[in-house]
Amino acid sequence: MQGQDKTTQGRTAGERIRAAAAAVRKANVEIALRLGGAYLTQACSGAEIVCALYMGMADLGPSLGPRNAQPVGSDPDTAADPQLRGSLYNGVPADGGASPERDRLFISACHYATTVYAALVEAGRLDAGALEHVGEDGYNLDIVAAEHSPGYETASGSLGQTVSIAAGVAHAYKLKGWPGRVFCLLTDGELNEGQDWECFQLAAKMGLDNLIVVVDVNHQQGEGWTYDILPLDPLGARFESFGWDRVWVDGHDPDQLLRAPGVEHAGKPLAILCETDPAHGIPALEELVPDHFVDVCDGNRSLLEAALADLDARSGSTVGGGA
Amino acid sequence: MRQETAAFSSALLAFAEAHPEVVTLSADLGDSCELIGFRTRYPERYFHMGIAEQNMVSWAAGLAREGFRPVVCTFGVFLYRRALDQIEMSLASSRLPVILVGFVPGLTTSRGRTHQAINDVGVLRTIPKLTIIDCGDATEVAGALEAAYAVDGPVYIRMLRGCVPRIFDGVAPFELGRSRELDGGLERGVSEQEPQVTLVSSSICTAEALPVVAKLRAEGVRIRHIHVSTLKPFGDALLLDALANAECGIVTYENHSVVGGLGSATAELLLERGIAKPLIRLGIPDTYAQSGSLPYLLSTYGMDAAALEDSIHDLVARGS
Repeated sequence: MQGQDKTTQGRTAGERIRAAAAAVRKANVEIALRLGGAYLTQACSGAEIVCALYMGMADLGPSLGPRNAQPVGSDPDTAADPQLRGSLYNGVPADGGASPERDRLFISACHYATTVYAALVEAGRLDAGALEHVGEDGYNLDIVAAEHSPGYETASGSLGQTVSIAAGVAHAYKLKGWPGRVFCLLTDGELNEGQDWECFQLAAKMGLDNLIVVVDVNHQQGEGWTYDILPLDPLGARFESFGWDRVWVDGHDPDQLLRAPGVEHAGKPLAILCETDPAHGIPALEELVPDHFVDVCDGNRSLLEAALADLDARSGSTVGGGA
Repeated sequence: MRQETAAFSSALLAFAEAHPEVVTLSADLGDSCELIGFRTRYPERYFHMGIAEQNMVSWAAGLAREGFRPVVCTFGVFLYRRALDQIEMSLASSRLPVILVGFVPGLTTSRGRTHQAINDVGVLRTIPKLTIIDCGDATEVAGALEAAYAVDGPVYIRMLRGCVPRIFDGVAPFELGRSRELDGGLERGVSEQEPQVTLVSSSICTAEALPVVAKLRAEGVRIRHIHVSTLKPFGDALLLDALANAECGIVTYENHSVVGGLGSATAELLLERGIAKPLIRLGIPDTYAQSGSLPYLLSTYGMDAAALEDSIHDLVARGS
């Protein structure tokens, strides 16, 4: 899974992730233009991270989910109907019996749903046509995801809980002697929550070196820049003081992302801190950030339409190129 | 009425022995939650989660996803108040089989309002997919874990500790969703004569009520006494029959706020079934309570034997 590995298509894993990330941004601009808004800045900061997680960073095994958007009833009960589980797309079978050697992926970043769906398309786990149902009433491609949404194993929208669930799974893997790792995607804004830190201190105490959190440090949260709302610096030192190993990477560099889980962290959980830019890849957003949700209006519509053409040129066809 | 100790402690050991996937999570209240026996016998299945209840509840969801059956133990008040969102979104939303054991329900602690779970049933009854059990005696303490194990989803148990009365000795063990009829301390199938008053009690209030019921029956008052230990789902056939046939009215008697608990659930049932009878709800009035001994608190908040006697007399007087 090294970034330098050449694929049969002659592109490195890093190159494929880069192209997939551009396609994810493009899909999100299309969604924004169609629905009148989207979590676009999250797509910009997180595209490479999410694509990398599905394309080599974690060993999830093949998707077990349906390739199309699924209708959901009034109560999407994933216990009663395991075929609705978003974790199917992360390789977890409907009966819950994951493979001991495979990795698990928990996405706490509920606002990254459209980024995740588009990344699933790029990783060959979802048909491109599914994206037409994003945000549609009665379908499972929610704008803010829950456990019935592709790629999501939990209802992560109340922040702070999913990393504790992931840690519980990592703990269970240790108890069962399973070698698989448990990844959890967080964002820096979520780290305002006390529960994340409750979890971090216990995960360190338990020595869960199979737990890897990936933090999209895009420096923005709901109302503005994190350093204005609630500063997190020095984030790396905070993790270290909580007993974690940590590594900073450029969150837009697929090769760094692919290598990061291999960083030595014996006996300790690992935090991969991804420095990112919430306007990365869509220059039209530079004047808008920080912006938790980009509303499309007359003032920015033409800029976003122009961004589409630019992303078109850079993304190319990557569908089916996933790991 | 016999008092017993270590009912939960023994029940947990038997439960753990029967189910190797059972693990116990403690938020630094192991001594106060009768967990030391388990901790000693099964140290590899006992986890110190620290004083961090939110993480503990969500962490349990992760363990449950991997086939473990976590028993999450602390004071009830710290579960439903502090970790309410986690109970909802980490557990109930995914209907995960985690057993939440909430100790010192209602006024059964001398440590005051921060420790008194006075509105847990009211809050938790609104949560979809959650089952709620309220133990009333040592037999129910012994059976609650096994009953919860059979539920396909999260269960909250209001658990008793220390000296616990044995009311249902030698009769049917705890059965989820099934209320019990008391007749002078013995259970029987159906009442022989239409009661003037139906008394519906739960938790420690059932034991508190027994001498009152015996005294009033000796005076000629016809009382049907139903003990309820499953508060969600609520309203089994026995309870409905007792409510429908009360001549003068109904008294609910609970170790909980009068808002949202047994009394409220009974009121909902009465209206839904078109049973037009007076209802008196005895319980903690809509207030936070003082700290103190149980007899002092029951007396202070109008929940002692005298208050129950007055309520029953009141209904009989109104109905005649």
